[in-house]
Amino acid sequence: MMKHVITAIVENQPGVLARIVGLISGRGFNIETLNVAPTQDPTISRLTIKVPGDDRVLEQVTKQLNKLVDVIKVSDLTQKNYLNRELILVEVAAPSSKRSEIIELANLFDAKVVSVQRNSLTIQMVGEQENIDDFLALLKPFQILDVSRSGVIAVARGEQAGGRS
Amino acid sequence: MATESHKARTGAECVIEGIERAGVKTVFGLPGGAVLDIFARLYHAPFEFILSRHEQGATHMADGYARATGKVGCCIVTSGPGATNTVTGLATANMDGIPLVCITGQVPLNMIGNDAFQEADTVGITRAVTKHNFLVRNVDDLPRIMAEAFHIASTGKPGPVVIDVPKDIQRASTKVPPPKAVCLRGYKPVLDGHPKQIARLAEAINRSQRPIFYVGGGVIAGDASAELTALARKAMIPVTTTLMGLGAFPETDPLSLRMLGMHGSVAANMAVSHCDLLVSIGARFDDRVTGKISEFAPRAIKAHIDIDPSAIDKSVQTDIPVVGHVKRVLRCLLEMVEPRQRTEWLDQVSKWRDKHPFTYNRKTSDMLPQYVIEQVYEISGGNAIIVTDVGQHQMWAAHFYKYTKPRTFLSSGGLGTMGFGLPAAIGAQAARRDALVVVLAGDGSIQMNFQEMVVAVEHRLPVKVVILNNGYLGMVRQWQEMFYKREYSMSRLGLTHRTPVEHISPPPGHTYLPDFVKLAEAHGALGLRVTEKKDAPKTLRKALETDGPVVVDCVVKSDENVYPMVPPGASLMEMVQSMA
Ligand SMILES: Cc1ncc(C[n+]2csc(CCOP(=O)(O)OP(=O)(O)O)c2C)c(N)n1
Repeated sequence: MMKHVITAIVENQPGVLARIVGLISGRGFNIETLNVAPTQDPTISRLTIKVPGDDRVLEQVTKQLNKLVDVIKVSDLTQKNYLNRELILVEVAAPSSKRSEIIELANLFDAKVVSVQRNSLTIQMVGEQENIDDFLALLKPFQILDVSRSGVIAVARGEQAGGRS
Repeated sequence: MATESHKARTGAECVIEGIERAGVKTVFGLPGGAVLDIFARLYHAPFEFILSRHEQGATHMADGYARATGKVGCCIVTSGPGATNTVTGLATANMDGIPLVCITGQVPLNMIGNDAFQEADTVGITRAVTKHNFLVRNVDDLPRIMAEAFHIASTGKPGPVVIDVPKDIQRASTKVPPPKAVCLRGYKPVLDGHPKQIARLAEAINRSQRPIFYVGGGVIAGDASAELTALARKAMIPVTTTLMGLGAFPETDPLSLRMLGMHGSVAANMAVSHCDLLVSIGARFDDRVTGKISEFAPRAIKAHIDIDPSAIDKSVQTDIPVVGHVKRVLRCLLEMVEPRQRTEWLDQVSKWRDKHPFTYNRKTSDMLPQYVIEQVYEISGGNAIIVTDVGQHQMWAAHFYKYTKPRTFLSSGGLGTMGFGLPAAIGAQAARRDALVVVLAGDGSIQMNFQEMVVAVEHRLPVKVVILNNGYLGMVRQWQEMFYKREYSMSRLGLTHRTPVEHISPPPGHTYLPDFVKLAEAHGALGLRVTEKKDAPKTLRKALETDGPVVVDCVVKSDENVYPMVPPGASLMEMVQSMA
């Protein structure tokens, strides 16, 4: 099933998130990741939602989202030229025998060790989702103790050229 | 921010100011602890107030007021149970795109989330059954929210809006004036259709040999009946409507094919199945209309005019989508389509129509429900506002009464809410005092909101309630007869022939309860009963000509079925005309 990355520009108000999540989950879709934060205009937030689903159904979801009064603009980035990033913090078991191997792997992915414990390392990585998934797959044999992922954030490339006021 | 010159008002006063500014003439509702501050102000309100006996009743009354006039209906209820009682009414209005503003009381802001007495998460509960809702957190926002609520309810595809007002907000004071204009950056309904799509549609109409207009409630909401009628007559295009579209096009016009769909006319369903161009106008391809979707208008180019972009391609892929206000789009089309005769197609369509009109056994001496409705049509001269409940009688009300004007057939189409009829009729009558308002009800449905009868009586709202009493939840009985081996599980309302597991022991001396005549009398209305076909015209005439609310208990044959019927999931070509 196609994964869709949808971004929405919404009013930064209580209840807006519940409305959006309710609309999507009420139609039986599972939100895989969701990220929301205010934009440079504090009255407006940007949401990035990743949902699996077929194109036609997602088109309907996008239209329904657009219909919400608090939603200013929605775009399904999947068909567009867009940038996506995700941030993760992953704690991996790291006995001294394996430590340098893990650090080397992290370096290859431009990931950074942000905390060192006696038997583990905590690594931060920022990157495209595919790279993150690759990195986590390679870490797996070392035993991942904990991972926290921010969910994907995305913007279309160059669409705002000229700038929003 | 506050304009210092504007005078200070409490939140409660802002609510009343907002309703007054919206031009609402009658408000419906029922008080309670968390709205007492608003009700204190209502004591001197500049509009009429009608006290319902149940909050569901209040929402349907506001809904009936809106359906009969096109204006926003308004109701005010308390928190907790008051608010939860509105859910069915809101959902009913939401499904049919009816403009309502419902104001609910709420516990004070600092108690929200504490399971306070009569607290309910009203915005959470009503989110899925409203077009939009607000929880007021600051009294300074209230003047703006009032204006926005009425704006949102009445523009675009109309719908219900809830404003949840905590008690402390009702008491707090603000100097913020009502806004001069509403500006919502996330809400800008598209009004003008795309010129290129309109041109494509005009060309498709001009080229088409066998076109049909499939018309829904959007034409009524968009006040576009005149444009539709002119367009159909100019280009000689037959018109079929949905249940919600009844009255959008005169059913007495030779171009009318009447209703389509599950209980649609043979002519309408045949024409849809054979047309080469289907133009949906303010309709949404509901499953009760299309039947099996892959076989709906299989050979046709499909065009869709709708103000709601999300209605386009929802269930049927369209070739020519036009997003815009129906009235504006139809006006453009009217200039662009060429006059036509279409003799061959219209001959074909009239053959279907003349050969298969809606019909029933007119010869029998049994009093059939269809006969009663036809009598109501005759006696009222087709000039009544008909309000229905939900079930078989609703379909017969569509078949055996001909609607010629918009806003004369009021019915819960999308949600199919039993109990809608009487309160909606009260709301309609409150808005249209001079009109003859007739409820066509089932004996099941009418019991769901009968308590509102006293409202009709005390306000001298002379609604006529014609109960088609077949002793059954008739539509359920019909489905059980056709699709569930004639096992009439829990569909019998009479006291005999009930389902064994119910363990009914009928009280001696009764075969049916309640006694609707006595019930009417207990509510202060005139109660009449008719059991014989020969007496029906006289009794109905008396009912319709009586000056005041009347209930007529018409004891009709119990096992009539609604035909034609397209079985669920079948194509429109597979109409069933009678039980084998
Ligand atoms: C509130 C509600 N509950 C249940 C139903 C399901 N339902 C649809 S039609 C029907 C029977 C209606 O019976 P009645 O009002 O007597 O009308 P009839 O079909 O006999 O004309 C029922 C129970 C409904 N539509 N609404």
